[in-house]
Amino acid sequence: MKKENVIQVENLTKMFGDFTAVKNISFEVGRGEVFGFLGANGAGKTTAMKMLIGISKPTHGKATVAGYDVLTHAEKVKRNIGYMSQRFSLYNDLTIKENIVFFGGIYGLSSSTIKEKSQTLINELGLHDKANSLVGSLPLGWKQKVAFSVALLHNPKIIFLDEPTGGVDPITRRQFWEMIYREASKGVTIFVTTHYMDEAEYCDRVSIMVAGKIEALDTPKNLKGQFQVDSMNKVFLKLARNIE
Amino acid sequence: MKRFIGFITKEFYHILRDRRSLFILFGMPIVQVMLFGFAITNEINNVDIAILDHSKDVNTKEIINKIAASKYFSIKGFISHEDEIESTFKKGKIKAVLNFEKDFSKNLVTQKKATVQILTDATDPNTANTISNYVGSILQKYQQELNRGLNIPYQIAPKTRMVFNPELKSVYMFVPGVMTIILMLVSAMMTSISITKEKELGTMEILLVSPLNPFQVIVGKVVPYILLSIINATVIILLSIFVFKMPVQGSLFLLGMESTLFIVNALSLGILISTISSTQQAAMMISLMGLMLPVILLSGFIFPISSMPLPLQMISNIIPAKWFIMILKGIMLKGVGLAYVWKETLILIGMTIFFIGLSVKKYKIRLE
Repeated sequence: MKKENVIQVENLTKMFGDFTAVKNISFEVGRGEVFGFLGANGAGKTTAMKMLIGISKPTHGKATVAGYDVLTHAEKVKRNIGYMSQRFSLYNDLTIKENIVFFGGIYGLSSSTIKEKSQTLINELGLHDKANSLVGSLPLGWKQKVAFSVALLHNPKIIFLDEPTGGVDPITRRQFWEMIYREASKGVTIFVTTHYMDEAEYCDRVSIMVAGKIEALDTPKNLKGQFQVDSMNKVFLKLARNIE
Repeated sequence: MKRFIGFITKEFYHILRDRRSLFILFGMPIVQVMLFGFAITNEINNVDIAILDHSKDVNTKEIINKIAASKYFSIKGFISHEDEIESTFKKGKIKAVLNFEKDFSKNLVTQKKATVQILTDATDPNTANTISNYVGSILQKYQQELNRGLNIPYQIAPKTRMVFNPELKSVYMFVPGVMTIILMLVSAMMTSISITKEKELGTMEILLVSPLNPFQVIVGKVVPYILLSIINATVIILLSIFVFKMPVQGSLFLLGMESTLFIVNALSLGILISTISSTQQAAMMISLMGLMLPVILLSGFIFPISSMPLPLQMISNIIPAKWFIMILKGIMLKGVGLAYVWKETLILIGMTIFFIGLSVKKYKIRLE
């Protein structure tokens, strides 16, 4: 089974002065894959992700995202990706509808497309009576769901999620992952960082970064086999201990 | 272009839905102009004074009548002896005593010179100073009337002279300063806060991941504040013309252009501040300490630059507000044209280019 690769990373390195935040990482992600990008705080996963979404320049190495080089064609990369951050990514003092109109607008969607999309979005999330209320008044779980849908407005090929479920209750997290699967089944590639090891089990493949390097990369099942444990949590702990 | 309008619409939602910023934007200018115009003025009205008249002749009577007729003073008593002066002041109501020397008319005729002593309650030195100036100008006017058609003029001491603001209206002096402060505040502080707000909330990252380039993001954030600042400048000018009856001697067009130049200058400072601060609090503190204080203290708005020690005078040169106040005073009070303020204008343009260049450089570094 040969899949088309939408993210291709070769020896990507990022240095801040003498400190190497990301050391020679290489991997690829196939179309429609749910790719988990794991690592402890400070392991370099956010830095690596920032290079992939074109807001941080690699020191060495090469990365192509959606077929474009992140260094030379950052603008084209940006048009083809969606991004949702761990910190909240919508404007709290705008209503749901206004947020949709604004983000649709900066991605250059036409007014009619925006109208149609916002209608579908509101229907799918069942937010009819909330469409005109300020985003700030919504519970966190709902905000994250809306943010995810907004990040998908311009039909990106790849969506980058930076700890999307931080601080959200288990039920909402479950619903959030259902949304992720729905998009993946449509062929959208999901690149997700997370702290929750149970969420790592939901991914097709998982990479684990420790101190700037990718120390493990495989399906959750294979990783558990390789480390002879029964959960991703234990894989993670064992790996971290071995390195130290 | 459509993206751009979307961006500006969003920016206006932010401003209009945040009561605090709305107050700073529109409440502050009006409150400040009113405060400076009405409350914190050097102007005096109906100040209570007492008269100590040792000669009680024609001339002193005429002078007393003139003073009583002016709206600045109301005569609240006559005293007959020097000993009473101190106790009069101690009661607190009387702010000044006019002490006419003995044989006032006689001295005026024989020696061509008569003296009147103006004693003021200097617990409030500003008011005291203003009172003696006002009395002085009334005396001078009277003297001119007397001297009409005379070869050897009579002289009544003391003398004062006032230029450009014959009525000593302090509001004329304050309007240029207040306008400068407000434009600085709105343009620099509000932009730096609104840009750092996006950084702090994480939405800046989302904007940078979008196809908009950083330059478009910044321009989109700044344009609404240019519009609002221009509205503010207009409101201040209208208030000073219609509420304080301040004449604008020079060209309104030039005034508008210079104000826009200063607004852009302040905005570029705001962008610069936002590149070096990561939180709204920090942006606000830097704006207040780094911009507002120098503007108030060193721009010549309250304290005359010429009476500052040399090092401070030199520092005042790098404060854009100093040059803008000079331009404003020139256009509004003296009615001069560009020919007289081109140097100040060039300095402002130069500073603006410098700030923009510096923030572009800083901004790039941040995006690495």
